Amino acid sequence: MNAFLGDLWYSARESLATLGRVFLFFLQLIAFTPRALLRFRLVVHQIFNAGALSLVIIMTCGLFVGMVLGLLGYDLLSRVGSEEILGAGAALALTKQLGPVVTALLFAGRAGTALASELGLMRATDQLSAMQMMAVDPVRRVVVPRFLGGVIAMPCLTAIFISIGVFGVQLVGVGQVGIDSGSFWSQMRSAVELDDIGEGLLKGAVFGVACSLIAVYEGYNSVPTAEGVGRATTRTVVISSVVTLILNFILTAIML
Amino acid sequence: MNAAAAPAEVPKSENLVEIRALHYAVGRRPVFSGLDIDMRRGRITAIMGPSGTGKTTLLRLMTGQIAPDSGEIIVDGLNLQTLSRSEIFQLRRRMGMLFQSGALLTDIDVFENVAFPLREHTDLPERLIRHIVLTKLHAVGLRGAAQMLPAELSGGMARRVALARAIVMDPDILIYDEPFAGLDPISMGVILRLIRQMNDALGITSIVVSHDVQELSTIADETYLLAEGRVVASGSPEELHANTSDIVRQFMNGMADGPVPFHFPAPDYSTQLLARGERRRAPRGEQ
Repeated sequence: MNAFLGDLWYSARESLATLGRVFLFFLQLIAFTPRALLRFRLVVHQIFNAGALSLVIIMTCGLFVGMVLGLLGYDLLSRVGSEEILGAGAALALTKQLGPVVTALLFAGRAGTALASELGLMRATDQLSAMQMMAVDPVRRVVVPRFLGGVIAMPCLTAIFISIGVFGVQLVGVGQVGIDSGSFWSQMRSAVELDDIGEGLLKGAVFGVACSLIAVYEGYNSVPTAEGVGRATTRTVVISSVVTLILNFILTAIML
Repeated sequence: MNAAAAPAEVPKSENLVEIRALHYAVGRRPVFSGLDIDMRRGRITAIMGPSGTGKTTLLRLMTGQIAPDSGEIIVDGLNLQTLSRSEIFQLRRRMGMLFQSGALLTDIDVFENVAFPLREHTDLPERLIRHIVLTKLHAVGLRGAAQMLPAELSGGMARRVALARAIVMDPDILIYDEPFAGLDPISMGVILRLIRQMNDALGITSIVVSHDVQELSTIADETYLLAEGRVVASGSPEELHANTSDIVRQFMNGMADGPVPFHFPAPDYSTQLLARGERRRAPRGEQ
């Protein structure tokens, strides 16, 4: 029993220490951000890597999530004779919940792993040490632009996911099951307010900060071996996914 | 381009690097126990020793990447332990380092790799940067490879590009970490010639860490042989070859057994073989 309590205490202490290290790393990133923004070309390159290169997966998943939502929504609403509010319901679900959350999960799987493995490999191949030897701080030169690229790309990807998702709902709702197009769009317009869109984009931004921070932290601090880089990549996906779901609950509770 | 470091300097001596009573341990394992080394200006100093003696660790200590437990490391009159992080970064602008792997940035081409320190530390116009980079690439014989990506280079070429990058800021000190490892004889010859050339033509102080005795003997002015956390022999390569100490003879002649044993410490062979069960390790009490 004592050994169990000892292990528990050790784990709790280690987790707190890790949280502290992540927070300090985050402060370091924030401190370097103004200087990184002055060299915006580097950030734009990373927005392309994290955002543009994730577009295909985001759009494809958005379309199919929207189509499934349309089918399920129609099935449910037709049982109570309220099919015409399919557009409104699906748009709200996509804007406030599914859009930001699924985008963040996909972002962690695509861009997050790319960030973590790239930084991990840079460490394993001495590229980060070489920068330090050239009197260049790798956090400022390499990590911050990647972090900012992810932070800027995430809300944009969220907006695109939501838009494509709504298009998917419309494809099924209007195109397949025959809901009146005018009713579909007018119900949606009257139900979805600017605050709802703001909530979705705000969630996207918060998830972007969290997922990008986790990815660059794990990659930058990875053990410089093949196994270490692999572990950092896995941890990025797992931690990002869990943190996204926890943050989603907290943000939803706050913004209700 | 030699941005001088600002902190209080002591009078400059003949030695560019002075290491005094250096102690450093990893966990409980001592790596250095009272190391004393002098590296003279404008010379090629070779640091040799068997694998695991802390040669690369010494380089990391000398460049301020890690701090010693005690002792002093003085580089060009500056005591590294008294320097702030930004002052160490200032000092590093006067150092060039060639990593064992080359450590080229893999997402940019050869030209941009060599231009990297210039772009980070200077506001030189593009024309001048181009001129400097091509000059340095020409010096290492790779002007024609300027547009290639690091992944397209052979090991020897990558190391030559890394050398061009290391000298692009005209450093005072050039540090080579295992520059010959894994190279074919031609590439090795090229790197040897370049080390000597850079040292003589640019007046750089060179520090070469390696365990390639024959190669280093041809270019080193002074040699330090490290073992068991201290300097076991020093002098010119000829003096080291003439040294009769067991450990020096074992290292210089590449003998498999000697003061550095062939067998890693292990429990008694027959006891371990006859131990019951399929246990891969000897019982704790027998170790």
